[in-house]
Amino acid sequence: MPLYIALTYTGEVDWTRPEYAEGLREYAAFEEAHAAVLRGGHALYPTATATTVRVPGGGGGDPIISDGPYAETKEALTGYYLMECADLDEALAVAAEIPAARYGTIEVRPVHPSLDT
Amino acid sequence: MDSRDAVERLAREEGTRVLATLIRVTGDIDLAQDAVQDAVVRALERWPRDGVPDSPRAWITVTARRRAIDLIRREAGRAGKEAEAMSLLDPEGEPAETIRDDLLRLMFTCCHPALSSEAQVALALRTLGGLSTAEVARALLVPEPTMTKRLTRAKQKITHARIPFRVPPAQELPQRLAGVAATIYLIFNEGYTAGAGADLIRTELSAEAVRLARRLAELMPGEPTPLGLLALLLLHDARRPARLDEQGHPVLLADQDRSAWDAARIREGVELVGAALRHSPERPDPYAVQAAIAACHALAPSYAGTDWDAVISWYDVLLTVHDTPVARLNRAAAVAERDGPAAALALVDRLGGLDGYPWWHATRAELLHRLGRTEPARSACLRAVETGLSEPLAERLRRRLRA
Repeated sequence: MPLYIALTYTGEVDWTRPEYAEGLREYAAFEEAHAAVLRGGHALYPTATATTVRVPGGGGGDPIISDGPYAETKEALTGYYLMECADLDEALAVAAEIPAARYGTIEVRPVHPSLDT
Repeated sequence: MDSRDAVERLAREEGTRVLATLIRVTGDIDLAQDAVQDAVVRALERWPRDGVPDSPRAWITVTARRRAIDLIRREAGRAGKEAEAMSLLDPEGEPAETIRDDLLRLMFTCCHPALSSEAQVALALRTLGGLSTAEVARALLVPEPTMTKRLTRAKQKITHARIPFRVPPAQELPQRLAGVAATIYLIFNEGYTAGAGADLIRTELSAEAVRLARRLAELMPGEPTPLGLLALLLLHDARRPARLDEQGHPVLLADQDRSAWDAARIREGVELVGAALRHSPERPDPYAVQAAIAACHALAPSYAGTDWDAVISWYDVLLTVHDTPVARLNRAAAVAERDGPAAALALVDRLGGLDGYPWWHATRAELLHRLGRTEPARSACLRAVETGLSEPLAERLRRRLRA
């Protein structure tokens, strides 16, 4: 069955902070309810922890490391799920249940089969 | 019989049926289109020479299916599909019910909400309407390479994201059906708003939309939305002969020559409104209600003789299922005819969010004019022009204000 990735775009959330405990419980409930199709997924630390790596000159050069990118928009990539679903309709139905769908947006993309493991 | 015409007509009528089944079996829109196209080309070569076969429909079906199998065999990595494709060789073919379901599946796939409405319109015309890519491009006033790209992207999305080829389950059906109806309505409006002198293929879009709505109503006989949609399209289309004057400028409903309206379409449309409303007693279908309003106009002997009570009541029903500022503006225009311009102006001025809509300003200009408030009427007319009222209508409004 095809794999889909659901990328959550929301306001920045630091899940380690105690005020987000209720939100974490919502995610736990979502993961339990959809365990049959979920093949992985994580919340990400805020964009302030992001680091960019590029290798210039088409390779061969030294990697250039830089801070960021910081979110320039209100909504940033804050997490992802991998889902194995029969078709797009099923993937969209599961994605609609991700708590982030209520306060952010979810981008659903099919995963290229060559990346299946 | 001119065999080229005959083949093209058959290809148009039968091609879509064959196409829908081939898409289900092969899971590949491009391959299915190639196979059907190939069958049509062969028919055009052979029939003038060997004569039209006894059953042209069966000939096209069988030829397209053989071609599809050839194409599948030729492509590597399709082993899984080959066994399935062999079922295409079954001389009995698919039962009529399966073909019917395949057509419905194709409609729902082309109008899937994961596709942009532009892509939905293009795909529907290409696959369901049987137009070539060049024709779709011309009809929608888009350069052909752009249209090719748009169709390719849409088909790739269907394949790669696995947009399912199926009729949605009952709980999703009303919403998805509304999506199909919206796409057909968009196609109709593209053709309806095409001005005089427009490419024939563009004005033909309205007829294409009526065909699609008719097919949808046939495929889902128990559903109110297809009936309401078909009724609405027929009642609008009935006025087409009176919609433009000799210069090709639009004529307002009040000024149209009602004897030019298409009586047969009106009759059919009015009957369908009744059927659509009977099928949805609890929550009336928005298309059926809009069709009911159109029916009030279609049945009125003259603009002055319109049953404005009925029109306003139907607008009240419409607002319970489809409350938009534009619906409220149209209701106010009917109130003006029944209760006078002051009552209507109060309603119009209360509407928010229409400052960029030329008809809001034009309606205000007309009502202010009727109230004898010349200066405010003139500035409303100016705003209507600034926000994009078409020149012939603006000229008509200016003439009114001078009178």
